[in-house]
Parts: sequence; structure tokens; C-alpha cells
Amino acid sequence: MTKPADTGMTEASAPVILGQNSGPLSRAISRLRGHSFAVANLLMAPTMLWLLLFLALPLGVILVYSFGSRGTYGDVIYGFAFDNYLRAFSPIWLPVILRSFLFAGIATALTLAMGYPLAYFIAIYGGRRKSIYLILVMVPFWTSYLIRTYSWIVILRSQGVVNTILQWANIIDNPLDLLNTPFSVILGLTYGFLPFMTLPLYASLEKLDKSLIEAAWDLGASRIWALLTVTIPLSIPGIIAGTLLVFIPAVGDFVTPDLLGGPDTLMIGNVIQQQFLSARDWAYGSALSFSLMAILLIGIFLYVRKVGTENLA
Amino acid sequence: MKKLDKELRVMLVDGLGGPMSRRGFIKRAGAAGLLLGASGFIAACGDKTTTTAAGGGTQEMSKELFFYNWSDYIDEDTLPNFETEFGTKVVYDNYSSNDTLLAKLQSGATGYDIIVPTDYMITTMLGLDLIQEIDLDNIPNVANLYPRFREAPFDPGNKYSIPWQWGTTGIGYNSAKVPDFKPSWEMLWDENYSGKITMMNEIRDVFAVALFRLGYSPNTRDTAQIEEAKQMLIEQKPLLKHYTSDTYIDELASEDSWLSHGWSGDVFQAQLENEAVMYAVPEEGSLTWVDSMCIPKDAPNKYTAEVFMNYICDPEVAAAISNYVYYASPNEKAEEFILPEILDDPQIYPPQEVMDKLMFLEELGADTELYNTAYQELRAS
Repeated sequence: MTKPADTGMTEASAPVILGQNSGPLSRAISRLRGHSFAVANLLMAPTMLWLLLFLALPLGVILVYSFGSRGTYGDVIYGFAFDNYLRAFSPIWLPVILRSFLFAGIATALTLAMGYPLAYFIAIYGGRRKSIYLILVMVPFWTSYLIRTYSWIVILRSQGVVNTILQWANIIDNPLDLLNTPFSVILGLTYGFLPFMTLPLYASLEKLDKSLIEAAWDLGASRIWALLTVTIPLSIPGIIAGTLLVFIPAVGDFVTPDLLGGPDTLMIGNVIQQQFLSARDWAYGSALSFSLMAILLIGIFLYVRKVGTENLA
Repeated sequence: MKKLDKELRVMLVDGLGGPMSRRGFIKRAGAAGLLLGASGFIAACGDKTTTTAAGGGTQEMSKELFFYNWSDYIDEDTLPNFETEFGTKVVYDNYSSNDTLLAKLQSGATGYDIIVPTDYMITTMLGLDLIQEIDLDNIPNVANLYPRFREAPFDPGNKYSIPWQWGTTGIGYNSAKVPDFKPSWEMLWDENYSGKITMMNEIRDVFAVALFRLGYSPNTRDTAQIEEAKQMLIEQKPLLKHYTSDTYIDELASEDSWLSHGWSGDVFQAQLENEAVMYAVPEEGSLTWVDSMCIPKDAPNKYTAEVFMNYICDPEVAAAISNYVYYASPNEKAEEFILPEILDDPQIYPPQEVMDKLMFLEELGADTELYNTAYQELRAS
């Protein structure tokens, strides 16, 4: 699936990927290729160092915490016990975990349903306005997620934008309870993560070889059939990347359910946050985090295996 | 004038999506960004002045003082006046929950000279060895405080803490929507107002409501009583709009919530926007709290911090803060400078019979676990 795209990209990237002309750049590149292993290591070093310091090390700390216990005043007492993991898998959290997966799953499906046509439109019909459309997709990131979620409160509350308009148009008599419901939480998640779906889908559709679609049409496939049998299968890497980028953070999100949720929309992210802050039981919170990570890793493994790892390349 | 200032401020802030709470808005940002926030400390540490050594007895003012306080909790002139008078620049940072403050101190992020934890949190921090004893010789103005703040159960004799402001926990309600309101916790279980009730998202505070209603102590360690309270709270759950410790200010103001369990000063902020909003301390009894200035264990400028504390205990300075933030002052001598509308407001300065029923939350040490577990069961139910 990785053969070079023949349209659009070629002119821009030709001098870099092809070593045909013997300019100084291509000579430098071929010299680098000779030492590819050392160069690769050199290029990876900053990232590896970063990941070690800010990912592996903190995770290690949390792992150590997770086998400890809560001290009298909420400090962590180090030890080696599995109590926290036993508590983490206690049946009281089952509905909370199922709810987290359900909300995140629905949000992922909705972002896919909205993001795919959007990415398709930008990639295929964007023309010279492509970059403007892409910037528009990313514009929300310029505002804090917290502020954007707060603004949904203003839109959804009983005297909010939606209810005011509906009442003004005489469609409803009494304000609808939109806020603090599962609906508002899923809406918040969908809104917040839509760009994470759109961008990888766009990247995938943009490098898609359009002549393959034309070939399908020429060979008598209907538009829908060509979409289903050519376009979508070719964009599977984008779909996998998008769904993972949306689903994983959505499962663990605590800001959205905290702000837009009601008494019955507790998600696992809220539970973990509570352990670290108000309950001050870092050991238990760490065990909950690791358990969630384990569940997610197994899920991702099965998912990627099912949809096909080779498509990710 | 001050009131106008405050209204203007509330309006401005409201434009950003809701009024700020002393314990409100940035709570989540703080939770999400503990690491980010810590970078501020690193900068703070780098700026340490040379005039005072950490823990040293230097009786010299430092060039800078690092003050970490609740958001929206000080008069605009307090710090500039101090800077002019003493020539020390105050570096002022804000947090909005005790949990955030504690988590930052515990994660080793230091460099602050003054922090303002709440009563029970002082016990916790003392237990974790995070704060140090204050030299009261440098704070003669401590004599201006009410006796009950000089002998508070969590710190008798002000060895570790100098009170900043205090208030109560109660019910904020919309007097137009809830005409049959009576000052009782029962109101938060009234089915007529289903979907219009909010409870705080605070473990001990939520249990205190049910425990007061049942006639028990909010500091009970009796598992049967806690279980009874939990059942009562589970019954209440279907009536609730949600659990929130901050957005209820906005919701009371916009009439999305008609009955909110909340902190006094927060409800007053809603009152500024909606005159129908009232505050009451239920007759079954309620919690009182006091935020107090403490000096972290490794504060770089201890002496300057004590001079600042003394300055805050000056009656006029203390009164100016109350006049601005609308919380009650622990400073008895400040009474003559506090606006009559605040001093005579029973919502801010409750009458004696209410005062008699106010209790502090106590740090329960290992038994905190009883409440943590019960709260998890409540929220997951």
C-alpha cells in the first residue's frame, strides 16, 4: 500500500525521494543512506530521550505506586501488594467501565461518520483551498479544550442558545433537559475529538491513487460500489489511526463528563482523577490507570489484528 | 465602589463562560496540568533572592515573596500596597482546590513562601511534614483575631497557621422558584425540585450533608452511620442535576439549578447576577471552614512571609479584603472597617444560634478511607 502517489505529491516531493539528478542534495542523501543505521539512531535519539524521560519514567513511577498503599495522610507507602489491583477489578466499577467504553464507542462512530465525508471532500474536491479547509478543521485547537467545553454549557443549558431558539420558534413550551445527560457527554466527546478523526483520514485519502477509483468506474463499478470496494479499503490505515486517536483518549476523558455530565454519567477517568485528588489514594489511582491501560492495550491489539496490521504500514 | 468593581469583574468573567469561583474554574485545568503548573515553581526557585537563606533566621526583607492563594480571593490593592510599603515584590499565583495545592506540594514543587490551605488540610500537611512553625514574635497583629480563630481545633495557638478568610457551607437557592424554602437539608431531597438540585463533588462535604440530616457528626468514624448516610445519598441521586463544586455558581445565576449545596461566597457571586438567589445555613447544622496562611517547609523567605502575615492581620488591610471578596474576616478589630452591608448580613456573619451549630471538618487520617470507599460506591451506584 505504500507505493508513491502519482498525483499532486509527485512534483513537490520528487527531488527528495528520487535520486535521478546528481545535485549536491541527492549526493548527500545517497551518502547518508550508506550509514542509514547510524543516521537512524542519531535521528531517533532526541525522541527516545524524550519518551524515556516523560513517558517511560513517569509510567514506571506509577507502576511502583500501584503496588503500594495509602498512608495516613494520603501519602504513598511503598510495598508490594496486589490489593489495589483486586480493588480496581471490583464489580462496582464494571458499569462505569462499560459506560466509558459505550460513550467513547458512540463518539468514535459519530466522528467517523462525520469525519469521513469531510476528509473525503477536502482530499478529493479541496483543490487549491485544501489548506484553508485543513486550517478550519484545526482552528478549534487554538482555544483551550476547557473553554470550548464550557461554551457547550452555554449552548445546552435551559436558558441556553438551543432552548431559547426552540422556544422562540414555538417548537417546545418548556426547555429541554439537554445538559447533564448522556447525550451532552457524547456530544462533547464527539465535538472535541472530531479533528483527531478527520486529519488522519485526510492524510490517508489524500495520498490515495485516484486513478484506481477511475479504473473501477471504467470497469463498470457504480459510484457506491467503487467507494465501498476501492476507496474505503484503501483508506483503512486512516480509519484505524483515526478511531484509535479518538477512542483511547475518549475512554479516559474526565473533563467532558465532569462538566457536561449528570449524576449518572461517571466515567472511569473521573474515578481515577478522584483517587489522585480528593481521595488522595495515589496507589489505588495508579492501579486503576494501569488496569485501564492493560484493557485498552489488549483491545487495540485485537482490533488492529482484526482489521489488518499490514494496512497500517 | 468595590461592589461595582466586583459586578463588573463578574460580568467580564462571565463573558468567558461563567463566573470564577474561589474554588472554581481552574480546578480542572489544575488537575489536568499539574506538570505544566510545576514549571512555574522552577522559575520561582530560580529567582530566589540572596537576602534570606532557606530556614535561616535572617530578619531582613527579601526582594520577592512567593504567594500561592485561591483564585479571586484578595482585594486588588492589597498586594500593591504591601509592595509600596515594604519594597518587596509579591509574585502571586492561584489555585482553586486544596487537592491541587497538596498534590503540587507533595510532588516536590516548592518555592512558595505562603500558601492558604483550608483547616483540615493544615492537619494533613502537618502530618506530611509539608509546613513549618511560624514565629509569632513577628506577627503581633495576631492579637486582632477573634478568640475562636486563635484556638481553632486544627491549630490551637496559631502555631502553624494565620487565618485569611472564613465562611460556611449551606444551600444556595432561588427564592422565586422555591417559594416554600425552609433552611433544612431536607430541601435537597424534595422531589418537587427533581433535576434542579446540585450537590458538591467533594467527598467529605457531601457526606456531611447526610450526616447532619441524620443528626450525626460530620466527623464520625462509625461505619454504620456512614453506611446510613450513603443510603440516604443514593436515594437522592435520581433527583440531582449533577455533582459539581464550581459550575453551580453559574447554574444558580442562570436558574438551571434552584437548590445548590455550596460554599457561602460562591453563592454570593451568583447573587450578584441574579437577585432571586439566596443563601441559608440549614438548621440541622453545617460546616464552617477557614482558609489560613501557612509557610511551606522549605520556603525561601520565611521572615518576609511572617511580615506579610502581620500586614494581613492589620484591621484595615483585613477589612479591605472582606469588602472585596464578600467572605467573613477572622479579624475582630477589622469590624469597624468592614462595610455594614457585609457585617450585618446574616449570610456572611451568621447569628449566634447558627454559629453554635457550625463544625469544622477534621482530618480523619486512615479512617478517611471509610468515606472514600462510601463515596465511590455512591458515585458508581
